[in-house]
Amino acid sequence: MNDLVLKVEGLTTCFDTASGSLYAVDGVGFEICRGETLALLGESGCGKSLTAFSLMRLLPTRQARIAAGRVVLGGDDLLALPELRMRDIRGNRMAMIFQEPMTSLNPVMTVGEQIAEAVVRHGKLRGRALASRVIELLDAVGIPDAAQRSNEYPHMLSGGMKQRIMIAMALAGEPDLLIADEPTTALDVTIQAQVLELMRDLQRSKGMAILLITHDLGVVAEMADRVAVMYAGQIVEQAESRDFFASPCHPYSRKLFDSLPTIAKRHQPLAIIKGNVPPLTAAGYSGCRFATRCDMAKALCEGEIPQLQDAGPGRAVRCFAYDDRYRGQWGDGASAIIPAAAARPQQQESGADGGLLAVRDLKVYFKIQKGLFKRTVGHIKAVDGVSISIGRGRTLALVGESGCGKTTVAKAILQLQRPTSGSVLFNDVELTTLGGEALRRSRADFQIIFQDPYSSMNPRMLVGDIIQEGMIALGVEPDPKRRALKVDELLQQVGLPPEAKGRYPHEFSGGQRQRVCIARALAVNPKLIICDEPTSALDISVQAQILNLLQQLQRTTGVSYLFITHNLSVVAYLADEVAVMYLGRIVEQGRVSDVLTAPRHPYTQALISAIPVIDAGTRRETIRLEGDLPSPANPPTGCHFHVRCPQARPECSLQYPEAAILEDGRMVRCVLYPRR
Amino acid sequence: MKALMIPLFILLTTVAISLGVTGLFDVRPVLLWTDALIMLLLLVLVFFIVQVRASAERRATWRQVLRSRIGMATAVILSCYVLVAALDSVHFRPAAQDAAGTAQRSGFYSMEVISVLDLLIMPLHDQMEKSYSAPFATRLYSKEVVVMADGSQQRLYPRLQYGGAHLADHEERRGTDIAWRVAQGAVAGTVLAVLLCGAGVLLVARRAGILPGQLSGVLCGRGGHLPWHVMMLTLSVIIVLIAVAFMLASGYHIFGTDKVGQDVFYQSLKSIRTALAIGTLTTLIMLPFALALGLMAGYFRGWIDDVIQYLYTTLNSIPGVLLIAAAVLMLQVFMAGHPEMFETDAARADMRLLFLCMILGITSWTGLCRLLRGETLKVREFDYVQAATSFGVGHLQIITRHVMPNVMHIVLISVVLDFSGLVLAEAILSYVGVGVDPSMFSWGNMINGARLELAREPVVWWSLLAAFSFMFVLVLAANLFSDVIRDAFDPKMRG
Repeated sequence: MNDLVLKVEGLTTCFDTASGSLYAVDGVGFEICRGETLALLGESGCGKSLTAFSLMRLLPTRQARIAAGRVVLGGDDLLALPELRMRDIRGNRMAMIFQEPMTSLNPVMTVGEQIAEAVVRHGKLRGRALASRVIELLDAVGIPDAAQRSNEYPHMLSGGMKQRIMIAMALAGEPDLLIADEPTTALDVTIQAQVLELMRDLQRSKGMAILLITHDLGVVAEMADRVAVMYAGQIVEQAESRDFFASPCHPYSRKLFDSLPTIAKRHQPLAIIKGNVPPLTAAGYSGCRFATRCDMAKALCEGEIPQLQDAGPGRAVRCFAYDDRYRGQWGDGASAIIPAAAARPQQQESGADGGLLAVRDLKVYFKIQKGLFKRTVGHIKAVDGVSISIGRGRTLALVGESGCGKTTVAKAILQLQRPTSGSVLFNDVELTTLGGEALRRSRADFQIIFQDPYSSMNPRMLVGDIIQEGMIALGVEPDPKRRALKVDELLQQVGLPPEAKGRYPHEFSGGQRQRVCIARALAVNPKLIICDEPTSALDISVQAQILNLLQQLQRTTGVSYLFITHNLSVVAYLADEVAVMYLGRIVEQGRVSDVLTAPRHPYTQALISAIPVIDAGTRRETIRLEGDLPSPANPPTGCHFHVRCPQARPECSLQYPEAAILEDGRMVRCVLYPRR
Repeated sequence: MKALMIPLFILLTTVAISLGVTGLFDVRPVLLWTDALIMLLLLVLVFFIVQVRASAERRATWRQVLRSRIGMATAVILSCYVLVAALDSVHFRPAAQDAAGTAQRSGFYSMEVISVLDLLIMPLHDQMEKSYSAPFATRLYSKEVVVMADGSQQRLYPRLQYGGAHLADHEERRGTDIAWRVAQGAVAGTVLAVLLCGAGVLLVARRAGILPGQLSGVLCGRGGHLPWHVMMLTLSVIIVLIAVAFMLASGYHIFGTDKVGQDVFYQSLKSIRTALAIGTLTTLIMLPFALALGLMAGYFRGWIDDVIQYLYTTLNSIPGVLLIAAAVLMLQVFMAGHPEMFETDAARADMRLLFLCMILGITSWTGLCRLLRGETLKVREFDYVQAATSFGVGHLQIITRHVMPNVMHIVLISVVLDFSGLVLAEAILSYVGVGVDPSMFSWGNMINGARLELAREPVVWWSLLAAFSFMFVLVLAANLFSDVIRDAFDPKMRG
């Protein structure tokens, strides 16, 4: 291929710290051709973003420096250029878009001005020509009413719109190479589908090369032509996307696939990668960086550093199992996959044996107040008539996009946020009318695990004290000695050593912190744990550990879960029942196997089709949803979804559809399924 | 933390020894209100340091403060000020002396309240001249009619009673004498500093088991050690300055004398306590208000928040100086009407100082309160506060255990930042005439006294200069130190 756009060889970036140099990017090399998408795949901290910043020569701190390597963009060695020339290249020949569209735009400039700035920097346009070029760019990224939108400020736009603006700015210089650093991670799945499609269209029309940095295997499968897997600063596997997804070679890649939750792995523990990423100091390596965590490791893996080995056309793997000299030790490399843990007998899908939690017509309205006397001028209907029930030892998943009111439902059930109306019947006790001491005493029965393991623990308290706090407050174990024993036991239960109780939360990794949070919730022997996106801040392999733990705890303690998430594969793996929420209301609810395989409500169908799918065989046509989630302060009349619904009819805007119970027991609220 | 412990240890031993001394001799200890509060503050400081030492995380933050050279140097300078103020806060009444000035009668004590600092610099206090004299002068600043030995009257600059008295008739030797004294002081100071630092280094090295070869690296703060060399250098400079000042002050008035002939250097030293008392006690008084109200407003929100917000907005709208002036004037009238309430003049002046602190405190809590309210609003939404609520932990416990520790950095930063402002405020208020008691030594009173003299010809400039330089060093050190503190504690500045 002669259309080579970017060639990277032996790129090494290190951080100089007091305790020696950290090689965060170590000898990375790859090539991208015109019109091609290379995905750089890896978990957090593996050095994939730093690789991108090194290419742009925009290193985040002064301690970071590019130690070695060559970056050739269309014939120029970027690392040898003076900074002044480099500024012409940035934006002009290679552009970058970032993960967080909320903070990438200047809030005091209109989006038109910001795009114009990028245009002027790289062209000589002025006046009317400039304005029309801005509008042209906005049109290109699919923003409706481009002329009007260009005069708006970033806060007036939604997250998906902002990411489009970022893409428009990146396109201003007509770059040869677009670096996209987790471009859709902060967006909802339906919006993600829109943005990914936009990127594909632009690539097709302009012939750009795209370096896509992501941790999401699904996004890679949808977008990439080739894949490079990074681990601990090195590329461990590079392959054509098709080959990679057909049969991943490196043991790390395989583990990533095994630890993905899917419906097929229900009731089996997910494969996990033991241990942690080793420290990145040069002295830390005398062998393969993955050796300590690899199931296939042999003595030689620890003693010698593996190089990238050719393993078929367009494919390279950094593993001795593919090295002709040592291949014999593993037998046939490809067949050496460690078999997944034996499938356990299917848990019987028993019907609900007496409800634990029954929520009826729950409403949470927030007042919109204006003026000197705080007159109520309207309500934000965050939760607008939600009814769910959970049986003992069962798991209900509450699914929906951000802003649909999932978390508010959780807080209202826990009475952290008092509901406006409706009933929450827990163990036959009405919680909404309970107050003071009675409510305090009953709090032991329902607990919550939060999404962000970094902000869910007081940074100034020891882990032991954090776990004990609830026990003391609720008088679960009044005797200090026995309480200390209980803490040890809990830590053991969640897979942490008892010594952990004498340490502070910041000494733990994200996954370990989430374990502490689970131990804290378990400390008061709850009957129901509300898990509010407990794994969405975690890497795939760590997510697998937490999901395994949650599943095992349910088996041993019989606790029920209300699992709030936007990740449908986790739902498919873990939950018994699922409720899909849209704008404060539940639009479809039923058994996981029914709802996920054959969704009935148009929103559920769109949601499920928007999820990037790994397996090319099961890929569906994406049902593209127009626009964004409407404001809950002013929801559309009739069915909330009809303005975005591809199957909308005139009667949809008249009245909110009644709940219909279908033959398989699921509930749907849509005019397509009239109430019988 | 050791670096902080050393001056504190010295401080406490000095205070303890001074208390012991007052017990040994036939004196009557006097505990003024502000003395008690300053001691309380020192105790709080000790408690705080013990707590910091117990927590690895907070120790690391404080190490970061001291690892900065500016932080270390200013910490040493501030400790010296605190030492002087602490010595000046142990008050007693010496046994009364009869007319002859020798025999002591036990059970009767002088009406004058003096402090341990006064004991140390007693000569400065006693060597009163008649009126103004310039720094290092041997004669008064203005001509007077003097009766000569032969009975004739002459208008000339009379010789000072103490300043340069040792020169006798050889006034022309003043220059060489001063140079000689400076040299003596410098040599003595250097020797003392070297001995002290050497002993310190050996002690530290011995305890830490550091080899002689590594010593220079450790001392210069390389490899994560504290910059001990900065500490020693600052300390040495201060010791040399003290030695030189000691040598000079025994023969001259180094900052001249004021209108009634009192040594200005003595006044400046005595003013340190006033300034520090204002700077710290005000904070001590306002802190409970600001903390309690700020946390309550942010945590409970709703009508409690409204009430507290109205309260501090209203208070903020009253011009601070007027409020202070009104309060001080009322207090003055009250005190004048009830002289029997105060045993000594010192007690009366002290009460006025305390009230000034209170009034300043009451008018200055609003800023911190507003900051705390904002931060609490943020912290209360954190998941760990929600988690605690879902465990049924009570409000008070949530506030004290989860919210307060996580807003304390704001308290620390704003307290240190406010300190220098309060020291300056004292000077300004005393200048305006609503500050501390006129009989109390303070930089503001010195400046106030120097005000008129600036208009006369020739100008009397030394009172102002002395007050200015002492205040400048203190405020500059405090400001630089607070910058370092903010860098270390403000989460936005970190990382």
